[in-house]
Order: sequence, then structure tokens, then C-alpha cells
Amino acid sequence: MSILVDEKTRVIVQGITGRDGAFHTSQMIAYGTKVVGGVTPGKGGQKTADGVSIFDTMAEAVAETAANTSVVYVPAAFATDAICEAADAGVKLVVCITEGVPVLDTVRVLPYLRERGARLIGPNCPGIISPGKCKVGIMPGAIHMRGAIGVVSRSGTLTYEVVDHLTKSGFGQSSCLGIGGDPIVGTNILDALELFAHDDETDCVVLIGEIGGSDEEEAAAVIAKGYPKKVAAFIAGQAAPPGKRMGHAGAIVTGGTGTAAEKIAAFRAVGVDVAAIPSEIVDLVKHLVPSRGAKGARRGA
Amino acid sequence: MKIQEVDARAIFAKYGLPVPSSRLVKNAEDARKAAEEIGCPVVVKAQVLVGGRGKAGGVKLAATCDEAAVKAKAILGMDIKGITVEKVLIARAVDISEEFYVGMVIDRRSRKPLMMVSPAGGIDIEEVARTSPEKILKVVIDPAFGIMQFQLRRMTSALSADKEIAKKVGGILASLYRAFMAVDASLAEINPLVVTPTGEIWAIDAKIVIDDSSLYRQKDAAGLRDESAEERGEVEAREAGLSFVKLDGSIGCIVNGAGLAMATMDMIKHFGGEPANFLDIGGSSSPDKVIAAIKIILRDRNVKTILINIFGGITRCDDVALGLIEAKKQLGLDIPLVVRLTGTNEDRAREILKGTALIPAATMEEGVKRAIKAAS
Repeated sequence: MSILVDEKTRVIVQGITGRDGAFHTSQMIAYGTKVVGGVTPGKGGQKTADGVSIFDTMAEAVAETAANTSVVYVPAAFATDAICEAADAGVKLVVCITEGVPVLDTVRVLPYLRERGARLIGPNCPGIISPGKCKVGIMPGAIHMRGAIGVVSRSGTLTYEVVDHLTKSGFGQSSCLGIGGDPIVGTNILDALELFAHDDETDCVVLIGEIGGSDEEEAAAVIAKGYPKKVAAFIAGQAAPPGKRMGHAGAIVTGGTGTAAEKIAAFRAVGVDVAAIPSEIVDLVKHLVPSRGAKGARRGA
Repeated sequence: MKIQEVDARAIFAKYGLPVPSSRLVKNAEDARKAAEEIGCPVVVKAQVLVGGRGKAGGVKLAATCDEAAVKAKAILGMDIKGITVEKVLIARAVDISEEFYVGMVIDRRSRKPLMMVSPAGGIDIEEVARTSPEKILKVVIDPAFGIMQFQLRRMTSALSADKEIAKKVGGILASLYRAFMAVDASLAEINPLVVTPTGEIWAIDAKIVIDDSSLYRQKDAAGLRDESAEERGEVEAREAGLSFVKLDGSIGCIVNGAGLAMATMDMIKHFGGEPANFLDIGGSSSPDKVIAAIKIILRDRNVKTILINIFGGITRCDDVALGLIEAKKQLGLDIPLVVRLTGTNEDRAREILKGTALIPAATMEEGVKRAIKAAS
């Protein structure tokens, strides 16, 4: 299995003719993702350099291509509209890469998507990859390998760092989901844990959290009640001063809550080991699923 | 983006919240005039964007106009948590019989706006949350409906048994919600909202944080940014499209991505070093951004070495390498640079950096350890 994206995923790129949209469309196609169309209003009927058909609207694009997923690269001021347009057109998974979407816009679109049975990943996220099957987003495909480790993270490049260590040690991944660095995101750590819990291919979940909010503490509470997969964690931001936003809009310690120390303590209290540095994740995973390095390598192709 | 109390008061007043009249002044003489216009007693309040200014002595009551001038003189120029007070607000003082806390945030758990009220106003609400959380009532608001009558009734009855007061407070809560949504706030707080002995209600403090991502459409709010309250490097970094936070250590950091940047600082501490800053150069980083980043870091005299930690996805390692070469040329760098470049175009970057005095590192750990050594 894997979660949310696989061989059956058919992707429309919203903002396909923009700089980032065009570049990552090529990258996704090179990885093997089925990019079945793109949308840029006013450019319908044309094709991209990769030969992808461009449509004016999501409704047309979905009707023509039977797409089930969209990825949004449009600028922040138009992202909300693009997300809603995708859901309205019947797409069930919308991945919003765009950074800088007003938080209240995200708040407003979530019920709209829920009514239409659609899920949002992001905004301000690297996207999702199920190695060897499909990549919807901006992560470098080459560092991933198919296997049994599910990865969920609030960060982009830090996830690459961890995934790189995992792959080099023979631990492939079922899916890697970057949920995004905003305070409000469509799919949070708890949602990801729920998805991985029901995924046959995932044996162990690597959870990469950071300061701000209480997703990690709530995840620890869920794990304490009995979670079917092994979990290892890393929390970024131990050296972060309080009251300062650390890049991500959601990465801020306010009123003494949301600190790395609290999150680490919450995990340790429920028996989840927390790596001190990113490379240590590999040691934790080795300990949790000793046979997986070899099995992951066998599955990988 | 935090805005000054004076600006937050203006926004509240615009949305119909009862805010006592006030004037912003920069010297004692103007403080006296303001007090004369407003009518004594007045409160003299330091305008700084840090919490705890009352405890630091930045808020004083003045019974007469002369006293207002004296108090203003004492507060102006005062250092509050590293920020020099340059402006004070002279606000009409009101008698207080009750103090409430009223605030709004965006709740991460419900993913909706959340209003919080407490009859224990006037003190640090985080303290109330720790010691007596039962005194805070939290109400999640659905933006599709706005704040509903039953929610207002629940909150006002938690604050006051007096029907007249409850009714007035209800109107204030509804106005606060409108203001919060209209300005794209991520936090709006009145602490305290006071009831006078004669039953009047006043918002005697105002705090608003505006969502940075909304500034493109909040044109009025965008003009309220107070750069005097920010670290100079942080202002320059924002202008250059970088995300920067100054710390006290000796190892400067340039990293792509916020999570990796935090993890880099953490790792420096883990191995016994001290990071000088958090700096995220963002995704598609041009050589110019690298140069800007180095300039900002070098302003800090404590910095003994700079660690560049890049995991290239969208960021191209060769762009970063070119920026480093150019920065070395332009800035005449004399401190060691430790460079870890992995990912997109890493081979090309290695070619570019060959034969330079930069200290290469194959992994993040190696880079951190070398930087610590170079700084010691």
C-alpha cells in the first residue's frame, strides 16, 4: 500500500506554467508520477515542454483526465481559490506547496474541502512521496527508497536529511509526508499517524516534529492508548529562544508552551525514543525493526 | 507581526470597542499637554513590543499633569528587555472594580478561531492557565456562522452575574471577533477589560499580532511595522527574503529550510558549541541571498566561524557555492567558513569550491564538529 499517493494517483498541476510549477512538473514526471494535466487560466489548449495538456479550469482538467489529485504551485494570494477549485472539481487530494497563505484562509478552506470529501496537505509543505510509485511535491526523489518506514514531518529539508540517513542505512520508506510549517494545516501529525496505522506496508513511523503547537503532545497521547506501529521521533528547535518565530509560521514557543523539551518529554513518557541528532534516527529504527533494513532492500526496486 | 499598543487601540476603537482616549508622545512636555487635553488622572505607558513592561516599570499612573510629565520623563529612554523606550502613550485612567481577560487566537487543534475569556483579568493569562485553568472559558468559533448568540451568553455569564454588564460585554466580544477577522489577526487580546464602579466598561490595554502572510492584503496594517523594536539584522534579513533570529553564540549558521536550520542550531549545542543565529535562506536561493546572509551574520562581532549547511532540493548547491565565492571576494572574509553541500548540483558546487580556503564537510555532523573546532 503506502498512504495517499501510489501508482493510481493521477495528478493535475495548478500553476503549471509558473517557474516552480514548470520545474517540478518535469521533476515529478521524471520520477514516474502520472501528471495528467495542468491548469493555468488563459493558457488552456496549450501543452508544456513535457507534453502535458494545459486547461483553463480544474473542472475541464478533471473531466478530461479523470485526475484524482492536484498539486498547487500558484502564488499565495491565489492559493485559496486554487485549492477550492480543485475540491469543487472533484479531486480528493489537494497538495498545496505554496508558502505564505494567510492562516485564516486555510481555516476557511478546510470545511469547504471536508464537505466535498477532499483532503488538503499543506500549505507551505514539500508534499508527499511514496517511493518507487509516485511523488507529488518538491522533494528530491533520488534520496528515497521503497520500504517500510513511514515518515511524517513538519519540515522539508530536515526530512530530506533524515530520509537520506534512512536510505543509506537500507531503511526504505512506505510514504514520506511533509505536512507543512504553518500553524494550521490540512493534514496534521495525528491525521498522518491514523493513515500510517492502516497501511500494511508501514512497520515503523518516523515522526519529525518541531517547536510550536501541541501536535506532538497529542500524538504521544494517541500512541499511549495503543498504536499499531513502532514510532521513533526527532524534535527540532531545542536551541530556539521563546517568543521568536523560527522561519515556519508555526514554529514559535508562546507562553512557555510548545517547547522542544516538553515534546521530547511527552514522547519519552509513552516509550517513544527521541533522537538527539537526525542521524540517530537510524539507530532508533534499527532497534525498533531490526529485520527491516534487509527487507526494505528486498522490496526496493 | 506584533503591532504597538497605540495601533492596536486604534483598530479596536475602529471596530467599536470602548477604548479610553489617549495620545502618543515622545517627550515630557508633550506628555504634560496630552494629560491636560485628556484630563487627569492618566496612565503613562511605554510603547515597546515586549511583554512584562508593567513589571519592568514601564507603566505608571499619574494623578496630575505635572506628574504625567515626570513619569513620562522617567519612562522615556528606559531600557525594557533590550529595547529603549522612545514613545509613551498618555491614556485616560479609569477606576477599576472588576478586571476581565478577553482574547482570541487561531486554535491549532480545532483549526478555527478561538475566543478565551476569564474573570481573572489583569494578570498574565499564561499564569492563570497554569495555576487555575478552570477560570478560563474557551469557545471555538465557526467562521461560517461567526460568533453566535449562545456562545456570547456562555461567555458573558462566566464573566459577570450582572445582566447590564453582561449585555455590554457581549457587544464587546462580538466587536472583538469582527476586528480579529477583519485585520487577519493571529492574536487579539484585551487584558484587562475593566468594569468601573459606575458600571462602565473599558478596554484599557490592547494587543494585536497580525498574520505576516496576510500583509499583502492588509495594506493599513503593513504600515504599522515598528522596526525600531526589532534587531537590525532581523530587519535586513526580512528585506533580503531571509528568515533570521539572532542568538548569543559564536557559530554563525546559514541553512536552507527552517527545520534543518533549527536542527543545525540544536546539533551545535549538542556537540558543545553555541550557535550565533538561526538563518533560513529559503528555497530557491540565489548567490545574492548567500551574500546578504553572510553580511548580516558578520555584523555580530561574536561570530568566529560560519557554518553553511545545505541540503539541496529546490536550493541548488552550485548557486550557494557561487554566492560563497562572491561573498569572500566582496567582503574580504577573514573567518573560517565550513561548508556542507548535499543534493542538487552538489558535484558542480564541489568543482566551484575546489582550491578555495573553505573547509569542506561531507555530512551535517562533520560540518558542525569542524565549525565548533574552528570557533574555539
